[in-house]
Amino acid sequence: MATVRIIVTLKQGVLDAQGQAVRQGLRALGYGAVHDVKVGRYVELTVPDTYPPEEIRELCDRLLANPLIEEWRLEGASEPASKRASHSGRPRSEARSPKPEAWGLH
Amino acid sequence: MRFGVVIFPGSNCDRDCIHVLGSVLRQDVVELWHGKATVDGVDCVVLPGGFAYGDYLRAGAIAATAPVINAVREFATSGGAVIGICNGFQILLEAGLLPGAMLRNDVLQFRCRDVRMRVESTRTPFTSGLRVGQVLRMPIAHGEGNFYAPAPMLDAMEQAGQIVFRYCDAAGAVAAEANPNGAARSIAGISNQQGNVLGLMPHPERASEAILGSTHGRLLFQSAIGWIEGRRSSVVAVR
Repeated sequence: MATVRIIVTLKQGVLDAQGQAVRQGLRALGYGAVHDVKVGRYVELTVPDTYPPEEIRELCDRLLANPLIEEWRLEGASEPASKRASHSGRPRSEARSPKPEAWGLH
Repeated sequence: MRFGVVIFPGSNCDRDCIHVLGSVLRQDVVELWHGKATVDGVDCVVLPGGFAYGDYLRAGAIAATAPVINAVREFATSGGAVIGICNGFQILLEAGLLPGAMLRNDVLQFRCRDVRMRVESTRTPFTSGLRVGQVLRMPIAHGEGNFYAPAPMLDAMEQAGQIVFRYCDAAGAVAAEANPNGAARSIAGISNQQGNVLGLMPHPERASEAILGSTHGRLLFQSAIGWIEGRRSSVVAVR
């Protein structure tokens, strides 16, 4: 098994209200020199060693990140790997939904 | 008329919707469970507010992958009337049934209060009985209602008549002060291109009885009832 570590952040220019709120909190504690704060999300996947990289890309674009407002990268990478937002093609959540019995909540 | 109210784990406005549709407006209402891929032959689907799946990942993101959403998508594609209220709106965005995305409120606060919104389009089933420029008052209650879409997308939506409601003041003027969450172009509600799917942040089901301070919300559901009746009779006429 391999571990895939993914970091999702808001795109440049998209309002990061959480980051702003954290910056306010840091200021209140006296850390006024902190110039900017961005809050993102960390997701860790355990997959087979042979798991296709294009499938990682696909599941990131379809669920882990919303390409309209977010970008994602693998931990350690300096450049975002996410594609630019695409408004064509099938809806992100279409198909591949788990079968009802897989939900276990009903 | 038969309404279906979708229930996800974490929905919390489902009872309010069922109460208004069933007890106030005397319509048939069925509950649609998120785990079943069917809308059960209803005339109209309601996605209620709440925190489906705890809003994990992003508001509406997990709910958008639920089996019932595939059935809602089919229903919407066939022209059926769908309304997503608050969290229901967020789910429709994440499911790709409506364009755009939702950000956290720019005020960095959860906002729970009455707002006014102006009707911008009467092409949706839920605004078909209203008039453009009409001002409605109903409550909002959300932390992520800051509607976002890139400017070209917003322009395309405006041209296609997909902006349905904008936050406004008592006189109907759209002003920054009347925008409770920073939503792009003061957008409170939008539709898909066909106009049969509506998403809005304010809660019509919380403004459907005089004792609650406003009955404007009822107008949306009554419009849908009229729209569905009209659609039925036109189908009969064609036959």
